Amino acid sequence: MIKEKAQILDKEGIRRSLTRIAHEIIERNKGIENLALIGIRRRGAPLAERLAERIKEIEGCTTPVGILDITLYRDDLTTLAHHPLVRSTEIPFPVSGKKVILVDDVIYTGRTIRAALDAIIDLGRPKVIQLAVLVDRGHRELPIRSDYIGKNVPTSSKESVLVRLTEIDGEDRVIIFEPHG
Amino acid sequence: MGLSGKDLVGLQFVPAEEIKLILDTATPMKEIIKRQIKKVPTLRGRSVVTVFYEASTRTRVSFELAAKYLSADTVNIAAGTSSVSKGEGLKDTARTIAAMGADLVVLRHPMAGAAELLARTINAPVINAGDGAHEHPSQALLDLFTVREKKGRLEGLKIAIIGDILHSRVARSDIWGFTKMGAEVRLSGPATLLPQGIEKTGAMIYASIEEAIADADVINILRIQTERQQQGLFPGLREYSQLFGINTERLKLAAPDALVMHPGPMNRGVEIAPEVADGVQSVINEQVTNGVAVRMALLYLLTGGGNQHEIAH
Repeated sequence: MIKEKAQILDKEGIRRSLTRIAHEIIERNKGIENLALIGIRRRGAPLAERLAERIKEIEGCTTPVGILDITLYRDDLTTLAHHPLVRSTEIPFPVSGKKVILVDDVIYTGRTIRAALDAIIDLGRPKVIQLAVLVDRGHRELPIRSDYIGKNVPTSSKESVLVRLTEIDGEDRVIIFEPHG
Repeated sequence: MGLSGKDLVGLQFVPAEEIKLILDTATPMKEIIKRQIKKVPTLRGRSVVTVFYEASTRTRVSFELAAKYLSADTVNIAAGTSSVSKGEGLKDTARTIAAMGADLVVLRHPMAGAAELLARTINAPVINAGDGAHEHPSQALLDLFTVREKKGRLEGLKIAIIGDILHSRVARSDIWGFTKMGAEVRLSGPATLLPQGIEKTGAMIYASIEEAIADADVINILRIQTERQQQGLFPGLREYSQLFGINTERLKLAAPDALVMHPGPMNRGVEIAPEVADGVQSVINEQVTNGVAVRMALLYLLTGGGNQHEIAH
């Protein structure tokens, strides 16, 4: 049994975080030339789309968006009884030479990001890869850090962080759950 | 959900939803084949052994490439160069391979039921790469995948399978696969090459090849297996070509956008005219590419894949 402990972000909170991240991306990269967003399935994908929309509102130009499925790059498949369902990677542009912004909903151990880095590098040689996440909950097991963070949330490893997005879940909010009883 | 069975020995007892899972998993696998670097680390440290008691190039190479693209280690055992030639039986060969730690075994064997026997003997998953005239499930799955990719669906399509049904393991697996996915399967060929009781599979039998092809969405042309034709089941290749070969005239009877398929290798000018084999409706080369993608999906799913759950970040 798990129970909802707290809501970290509501719809407005998510919107503001993404707007701030969009500004930070533009500022750090001195514009959007050669920029591309790649969202990690599943919830990184709609977040990348939303960031691209914000960047277009600010800069007036579109940034290419791709979707990355990292299932085949997981380093724990041999320890799982059943492998997860593989979905498509859809990156309709060459990544070589691009400034790639990798987008995910939550960063935790860092293993998903490690897998995503491997997957992107198999597709080409980007000029730089930066990482944008909506929630950084700590507990890294690998030397990986986020460049853009919507919200830092110190959590216990027993807790779980759930990001719900309209495109997939029909609502926008981020919740912490903890074991109950 | 994942695959419920440890092995894939045939499609006869595989439920439609598991066939759909295999086809859905093959779609992202095909994306990998199109990449410049055709390799993902998924099965790193796993070993796949292909055991071929019959000559085969495309199926064996297809399985080997599928395994290598997923980073598995592969070993091929050909019966002519192994202890099989010294009289070792299938069970003992299987136990030896299992004892060496194979994680998955692919078997091609001239006897129907060999894959089933192997699957019962060893703990590792077994994929049947053709057993006698029984089944060849991975070929049928690549046929299903190719049709679904081109037509966007399988349900309601008319699939004509033409030629030597009697000796064809591909035909049997195709019948199970296509009918389970809601397609109509029509069979036609020389009466001597239509096995008795085949209509019990749900396929429709046509004495006239023209009627079988009429309005078909897919024509799957089977190879005349000259190596299995010692009993004189038809008068000659020339007559076969005239009566049952698919040429441009016969192709016009099918739907205008009908797909032409062939499991290969082709006897050009016998069961298929060269201009049909190389024509715009032919998807024969794509079948070969799709074969690798489907086999990648099978290797992934049978080594434990398919359970849908969220990823820990």
